[in-house]
Amino acid sequence: MALARAAPTVSSGVLRAAFGEALVAAGIAFMLALPLAGLRLPINPMDSVIFRPWWVVVAVATVFLGRLGLALWRARVAPSRRNGVPLLDRALAYILPWRRGIFVAFVLLVAILPLMPFADRRVIDLGAVVLIYVMLGWGLNIVVGLAGLLDLGYVAFYAVGAYSYTLLIIHLDLNFWAALPLAGAFAALFGVLLGFPVLRLRGDYLAIVTLGFGEMIRIILINWSSLTGGSEGITSIPTPTLFGLTFTAVPAPGETAFHQFFGIPFAGVHRIIFLYYLILALALLTHVFSMRIRRLPVGRAWEALREDEIAARALGLNPVMVKLSAFGLGAMFAGFAGAFFATRQGFINPSSFTFIESAIILAIVVLGGMGSQMGVILAALLLVLLPEVARDFAEFRMLLFGGAMVAVMVWRPRGLLAHREPTATLGDLSRGREPAP
Amino acid sequence: MAYFLQQFVNGLTLGAVYGLIAIGYTMVYGIIGMINFAHGEIYMIGAFIAMIAFAVLGVAGVASVPMALIVVLLLAIVFTAAYGWTVERLAYRPLRGSFRLAPLISAIGMSIFLQNYVQLLQGARVKAMGPLFRGGFVLMEDEGFRVTLSYLQLFIIVLTVALMAGFTLLIQRTALGRAQRACEQDQKMAALCGINVDRTISLTFVLGAGLAAVAGLMSTLYYGVIDFFIGFLVGLKAFTAAVLGGIGSLPGAMLGGVLIGLIEAFWAAYFDAAYKDVAAFSILILVLIFRPTGLLGRPQVEKV
Amino acid sequence: MTVAVADVPAVPPDLLTVAHLSMRFGGLLAVDDLSFVARAGQITALIGPNGAGKTTVFNCITGFYRPTAGHIALERGDRSFDLDQLSGHRIARDAGVARTFQNIRLFPRMTVLENLLVAQHAKLMRASAFSLAGLLGLKGFREAEARAMSLAEDWLTRLGLVHVADRECGTLAYGIQRKIEIARAMCTEPCLLCLDEPAAGLNPRETAELSRLITSIRGEFGIGVLLIEHDMGLVMGISDRIVVLDHGACIAEGKPAEIRNNPAVIRAYLGEEDPRAGPGSTDAPGAGDGA
Repeated sequence: MALARAAPTVSSGVLRAAFGEALVAAGIAFMLALPLAGLRLPINPMDSVIFRPWWVVVAVATVFLGRLGLALWRARVAPSRRNGVPLLDRALAYILPWRRGIFVAFVLLVAILPLMPFADRRVIDLGAVVLIYVMLGWGLNIVVGLAGLLDLGYVAFYAVGAYSYTLLIIHLDLNFWAALPLAGAFAALFGVLLGFPVLRLRGDYLAIVTLGFGEMIRIILINWSSLTGGSEGITSIPTPTLFGLTFTAVPAPGETAFHQFFGIPFAGVHRIIFLYYLILALALLTHVFSMRIRRLPVGRAWEALREDEIAARALGLNPVMVKLSAFGLGAMFAGFAGAFFATRQGFINPSSFTFIESAIILAIVVLGGMGSQMGVILAALLLVLLPEVARDFAEFRMLLFGGAMVAVMVWRPRGLLAHREPTATLGDLSRGREPAP
Repeated sequence: MAYFLQQFVNGLTLGAVYGLIAIGYTMVYGIIGMINFAHGEIYMIGAFIAMIAFAVLGVAGVASVPMALIVVLLLAIVFTAAYGWTVERLAYRPLRGSFRLAPLISAIGMSIFLQNYVQLLQGARVKAMGPLFRGGFVLMEDEGFRVTLSYLQLFIIVLTVALMAGFTLLIQRTALGRAQRACEQDQKMAALCGINVDRTISLTFVLGAGLAAVAGLMSTLYYGVIDFFIGFLVGLKAFTAAVLGGIGSLPGAMLGGVLIGLIEAFWAAYFDAAYKDVAAFSILILVLIFRPTGLLGRPQVEKV
Repeated sequence: MTVAVADVPAVPPDLLTVAHLSMRFGGLLAVDDLSFVARAGQITALIGPNGAGKTTVFNCITGFYRPTAGHIALERGDRSFDLDQLSGHRIARDAGVARTFQNIRLFPRMTVLENLLVAQHAKLMRASAFSLAGLLGLKGFREAEARAMSLAEDWLTRLGLVHVADRECGTLAYGIQRKIEIARAMCTEPCLLCLDEPAAGLNPRETAELSRLITSIRGEFGIGVLLIEHDMGLVMGISDRIVVLDHGACIAEGKPAEIRNNPAVIRAYLGEEDPRAGPGSTDAPGAGDGA
């Protein structure tokens, strides 16, 4: 009723224009829906094509009403808001002074999660998955958010980390703690090797080259069967030990199991919890590292290069070296994450390292707000947990994912939390003084 | 020699398809300076619409092959162009003038969306179609090895050449082409001269999508199987072709397409077919390192 | 901060020597066999009508273009550099040539202070032992950083801009951005400062301030200043020497007074080539007195 009473305030001219726009949109929706939604190719090529008129009707009606509603909303509601600060920004400005406290509280919450009564195996496992993506997001944030290099093949370094870790473990019989840094070093080496020739390229060329590189790595992993096990991959990767304590029910002779050492009954969940804390530690390491390096000359150089490469060069910054350091360090963290991924799963194969994985990590960085550490957490939570919550919509997951990427870009091109903190301030100094005459 | 010639014919056909898609990349890059990442998906949609159109004509009982070809060609172009237009309108136009990476990320999102959209509507299974026409010319025979140019290959190559000729005329001689070249150089000035920049950019997407639809139709006929994922790799290679030829240059896109087609055909024939994509991407990296402007691209003077 | 010059000799040493410089873009000869010198402790102005090739000369000196022909040499202390052979970042870092840009190029989403710190990158990078000492927070690095901050603060104090130190550059007024760009260039502690139209878009008061700033830089640091400018009042008022370019070639060179009455210069500005610049235009050398 309230809506109906409010309606007369819209002038007939606006109404007519809105109708016109909605009709055009409906016409285009008809063009789009007719061939792909209205008609469906048969499963068996011998059968005839399936006609679904209702799908077209629904699509056209939805677009018509949606466009009409949008036009009316814009005419009535939006003008009064256009000058105001968007709601989200106002909320953020309110939260901003508390960000450190929120972050610490969040880390504490994450740290005690496995001890919570509701934390069963599935919850902790899911937590570990979120943390992997947070870590990957923070790693890629160095490359994309700070240095402004669009890397569409980040998953390649993740794969290099996972495979080099696995091969080191299996062929050289190294343990987790020795193989982990080596896996990161290998990934960084690949980053530098790829980066050296291509980092001179303009932004979008770099994107395509890194994408191509990601595909190349995947194709090589599939086809170099003697080393990588082909598309079957490599299985039975051992779980790491905690200061020599294994997480098996019956340890091999000469080894001590975790439950034996502490005199508690064996439980499979110990291993899960251990892995959870491991990735939490790795993720925090990534975070602390990025926060520190951002405030160092090299971190400021990354941002300067992102802002204006020509000016940066005129100040004596070597663009190739600066970019290479970002690219290599970003790759290194992907390598660490890859090693963890391999050891958590116990097996690896090329299908874990497709382009879509790169796109998800990139989406986490970009949707969260480029350069924002908190944004990465928020986006990783959204992207990993939403599909879990809405299991019934599993098949729409990637559709929504793609749509959300477009929508967030159109709505907030700089991401959800696009706050940037200065890396150095004169702070109290400037507050105490009046501007000189 | 005969084997070589046969691979040449095959590579040329493949290259024609890549070239047509590459034109879409190169035009969009020329005019708004972004990689239309979703263009590969537009090609995939073109292939689907073409196969659906063939199926509908089959139900309608159209028996004449040339007739069916023309009708399907037109339908595929028109409906696919609508997708090209919509993608630009929804995902790119609001981001014009936004920061550098925003449109590209939006395009990646659009690409993922379209792939899953087609998968949901048409199913994930591979769609197959019987060959429309068989046979061909035997070009030469050598120790029992026949080099054939199938009617289909001939059709693809001739149609591509005709489209290229038409397109070159369009860009060089018509008002639209002039408007497009003007927008390419300076959008603000073009707008001040009375050119409708938005419409010109939209038309660029429509034209690019139309050519991608033709490429989709060709690969539907040539391979007989399509699925929702074909756009990714083909799009990537077509973009490689555009860069190889010199992005922004129409003849360059075609040349790049043919080269990539030939490289792929020969690599698969003489080396390891599993690594043919690796070969194509390696070429991309090498070209970008040693000749960043591509084969026919003009060098860019850095503005300070 | 070190003040390099204690006693200025009668004729200061040549700092920058441009010899037979040519730059060709396709069919266009933008710079045509140009030779001139810029001396330490002097302001050398590069003037000429629009399109005369002034910025191209700057771009050759600062390594953004590689000259088609000719040499550019710079003497810094006892070292000499062939600028036409060095890459852009080494010209800034090693040879000590700093520049500003016609259309301001600050890092817009970084604060003023951060801009001034980026300018001290090379020094800080060494102090941080390529980030290692920095990551560990060692004392040596912290001290170097404090020194860099105080250099930045000195410049902000001098310009009266301390109150904007922590603001993002992109949000500041045009005139302020111009000043910060000069301060940023000075933070690299250069021996040659190249200013590309520093007065463009400034009001008369700001221009007067700018002229005081440039002369004080020359006096206090004894460095060479190379100035491209269209504001003849400014050029005539502060330059020690003026080089006049037209169509890429040098048509006159000398002290301001000599240039003002040089018939070739007046022809270049007022002649058939550029009818827009009338007698009253500030673009013509005779127009302003620099007062």
